[in-house]
Amino acid sequence: MSDNDAVFKAMGDANRRDLLDCLRLRNGLTLNQLCENRAMTRQAVTKHIAILEAANLVVTVKKGREKFHYLNPVPISEIYLRWIGRFEAGRMQALHDLANTLKEQKNADT
Amino acid sequence: MQIPEQVYRITIDTSAEKLWQAITQPEFTKQYWFGSANVSSWEPGADWRHVGVDSGTVHHVGKVEEIDPPRKLVLSWHNPGDTEDVSRVTFAIAQVEQGVELIITHGDFIEDSAMARRVSGGWPKVIAGLKEFLELGKAEARQGCA
Repeated sequence: MSDNDAVFKAMGDANRRDLLDCLRLRNGLTLNQLCENRAMTRQAVTKHIAILEAANLVVTVKKGREKFHYLNPVPISEIYLRWIGRFEAGRMQALHDLANTLKEQKNADT
Repeated sequence: MQIPEQVYRITIDTSAEKLWQAITQPEFTKQYWFGSANVSSWEPGADWRHVGVDSGTVHHVGKVEEIDPPRKLVLSWHNPGDTEDVSRVTFAIAQVEQGVELIITHGDFIEDSAMARRVSGGWPKVIAGLKEFLELGKAEARQGCA
């Protein structure tokens, strides 16, 4: 499975997106904190977190006996760079060309 | 509540030495880091600064707190005009099967740090750009359109 497959598969689940949202609001949560007020068993949360970790969307850091979970948006930035970043660059050029054309027309009119 | 640390991880198909150069050499940093370069003598305790190559604007400054090429670099990190909102960035590089793994940790922020909010949007873009820069050509080949 390619890196991108893992990312899209991991994000193709509402429960996992909720977990990512949770970390976006409060980074560095423990498993207990991630399980709080959630309509899922601890076992299910553990399974979802493992899938997010395998997709590199979550990174864990161990400190003493605790494990802290961090949102890692880097794979999403890679997807952005691959499919959107370049298009945006092209659009900027198009806007630039449009502005020049309009300027030339205005100069021709006066 | 103290703003928590930020941890970013990426695996790059390159060598630890090349990744180290990409982080510490101005001619490389400017190509993926919003046109800015990391400038320092890279001696322990030396100053470092993150400066726009064309504009000359100094965006971030600090000290080299720990340096162990090509494995670990620890920098103190703040805006040139703000000696209160000081934080710490650690670059850790490890050899893995698919290349090298880079883990960037940005932490020790002061409470309600403006820097913490600002860099949380920037790091993912810088790191994705770093991978693209180091894997130039390789990504296109993988994507089947080279």
